[in-house]
Amino acid sequence: MGVTTALEWLGSCSGCEIAILNIGEDLIPIITEALDIVHAPVLMDHKYFGQTGEGMTLTIPKAVVGIVTGGVSNHEHLEVLEEMRAKCDVLIALGTCATHGGIPALMNGQDRQQSWEDIFATHTTDPGAKIPTVEVPAPLDRVYACDEKVKIDMQLPGCPPNPAHIAEVLMSLLENRAPVLPGKSVCDTCPVKREGKGDVGQIRRFVTNAKYKADEPLSEMRCLLEQGFLCLGPVTVAGCSRRGAPSCISARVPCRGCFGPVRKDGNQMLDMMNALASNGIDYKSVIDRRSVLRFSGAHGMLKPLRKRPTKEEA
Amino acid sequence: MGTVLNIAPVSRIEGHAKIAIHLDDNGNVEDAFLHIQSLRGFEKFIEGRPAEEVPRIVNRICGICPWMHHLASNKAVDGAFGVKPTATGHKLRELCQVMAHINDKILHFFFLASPDFVLGPDADYSVRNVIGIAKANPELATKVVKMRQLGQMMLERFAGKAIHPIAGVVGGFAKPMLEEERLELKRDAETLLDFSLYSLDFAINNVFSKYMDVISELGNITTGFLGTVDREDGSLRIYDGKQRLMKPDGSYVDFEGDDYADYLGEHVEPWAYSKMPYAKSWNEGFDLDLAAPRGIYRSNTLARINVCDKISTPRANAALEQFRSQFGRPAQQTLLYHYARLIEMVYACERTLELLEWDGITDTDIRAKVEPKAGRGVGIVEAPRGTLIHDYVTDANGCIESANLIVGTTHNIAPMNMSVKQAATSLIKDGNYNEGLLNQVEMAVRAYDP
Repeated sequence: MGVTTALEWLGSCSGCEIAILNIGEDLIPIITEALDIVHAPVLMDHKYFGQTGEGMTLTIPKAVVGIVTGGVSNHEHLEVLEEMRAKCDVLIALGTCATHGGIPALMNGQDRQQSWEDIFATHTTDPGAKIPTVEVPAPLDRVYACDEKVKIDMQLPGCPPNPAHIAEVLMSLLENRAPVLPGKSVCDTCPVKREGKGDVGQIRRFVTNAKYKADEPLSEMRCLLEQGFLCLGPVTVAGCSRRGAPSCISARVPCRGCFGPVRKDGNQMLDMMNALASNGIDYKSVIDRRSVLRFSGAHGMLKPLRKRPTKEEA
Repeated sequence: MGTVLNIAPVSRIEGHAKIAIHLDDNGNVEDAFLHIQSLRGFEKFIEGRPAEEVPRIVNRICGICPWMHHLASNKAVDGAFGVKPTATGHKLRELCQVMAHINDKILHFFFLASPDFVLGPDADYSVRNVIGIAKANPELATKVVKMRQLGQMMLERFAGKAIHPIAGVVGGFAKPMLEEERLELKRDAETLLDFSLYSLDFAINNVFSKYMDVISELGNITTGFLGTVDREDGSLRIYDGKQRLMKPDGSYVDFEGDDYADYLGEHVEPWAYSKMPYAKSWNEGFDLDLAAPRGIYRSNTLARINVCDKISTPRANAALEQFRSQFGRPAQQTLLYHYARLIEMVYACERTLELLEWDGITDTDIRAKVEPKAGRGVGIVEAPRGTLIHDYVTDANGCIESANLIVGTTHNIAPMNMSVKQAATSLIKDGNYNEGLLNQVEMAVRAYDP
């Protein structure tokens, strides 16, 4: 019998679950032999309130390993996360939403109440519609990463996380050793050509493709930051590389920071603006600087802009 | 006061939902709901973002169909900036979109839905899943896992990321296709085409023929249908075309995507975060009444198979003709979504090969000139789960001023509620229910692949 394992998703998109499936053929021995999956809404039918739905309290079976994806944005997420913490010996936060808030934490930069009201008043929505409140979980004040709410034993970011690292974390647990995971920056794993000449003063929007020759390897393409595009490689933890290069770079597209900061509590926006300034690039040329935090807006990093006080007339 | 059965979470689906079945004092179904539990607010938090960045943000709406959001968004930004992608850029996007449909269908049919049929709806929950299939039929499981992985890796190798893609860009595509990439993709697509034909045969012989009594009953409702068809010949299209809205009697209107708001409205119920799109242009309002529904249409595979006049690729078209000779047009049986899904998988494989054989596919003119500016654009693709609409207004800086999204799954929220009620009412009588029957209620939802 394998190691009992429970999987849960909170405010998530299922991309992390697809990343688990992308382990590929090695997945079959993992799910049939190494692990004994006792709860996993995406794959199996264990129910919170008993198999015929008569129970009153949300219950997840005990498990040695728990894997949680998604951030915490409503009361049901919180209840599920707390139950996972209570029932699992080792709790893993998988994916950038769970570790740093991810894209849904962009909502932390908005006035949530006003935003929700606007969503239920779009031009295609029936007039008079109200925000639903019946039998749907009430929202929290903002989107939280999992470790803001419960103790997390292991953090594995990525949007999506790297299937090889998911397999490594699971195998390390089974073998009772520390997992081998990257801790450097995306730039440290990037093969492109860096000349280090500071001839870029302004950041350009990515509305033209990078300069490169399609039939030449990435090592012949000049660094996208040195080409004047915003690339968050310097302030993003490595981990996305599969075939010897960061994923986005291999599509000739700049990094947007989806694995979160290099240091767990780093601030990608401040670090990036510093990096630009120290290379003589005008950081004010970056349009929409706040969205540099688009993957790491939990932990209080992104907050609604304070409304400017309107001047009273004299 | 009766009992409420809370089937939570609805499992082996791709999102967050619960079913609540309300029983009266005699144990009969008084009402039943599918509650949609989650709301993230993408429409609002993309406001103010440079529009060309948005296709890399909204792909996170769905990790299973990120290519759909990525590309609908790119099309919407093209529209707002007044850009026409180059011919090769356009085709590279379509290629990725149809390839992404292939994996999605393997995932849904074999990983999520098939345990109900292969192991049976009443099998114990601890084995009624893909792990149970892997143990009961390791040969099938290995094949399925390999094929899904192959589809994912084709996208990842060519476009950098399969999940949460980045290679589609406003104006076209970020990288061209090399001849060696084309040959590799072609070889793999041929393997997937064989597998899609195997899957369709497998399902016809092992599922659809065996479960015909369930198919002719479970979750069945009568609705209209929405899909995308070719502007010229009405054949099935999933990347680009005109929209077709069909009434339950089979009559239909065609319209251009830009005019979607003239035909579709969104109703809100207090018990689901998801809005419920309905056919506003039918001028009959919105009602979930099983006997006399109003404004209700369905999207996703069965809808597309119903609205199209034909399929442009030979093997999928032969399968469509066989399907129509058995079930007519439009077919209403909810479980036939699975059948339609496998026909579409054949189309997606055939279309992938067609695109890979198109002369210009390795051309390097992949991105048109783009200048951010004020405008409005509507981008529509057929996502696996239904017609996906991204509608953006940009300001003078080319940043998002406002956005309206109608996501594929939401078209089916109202019909799924009807199917849940239909299934629960017909299965649960006088307080008699068990795990197997309740799983059948979930099967009515699973068919829609929400």
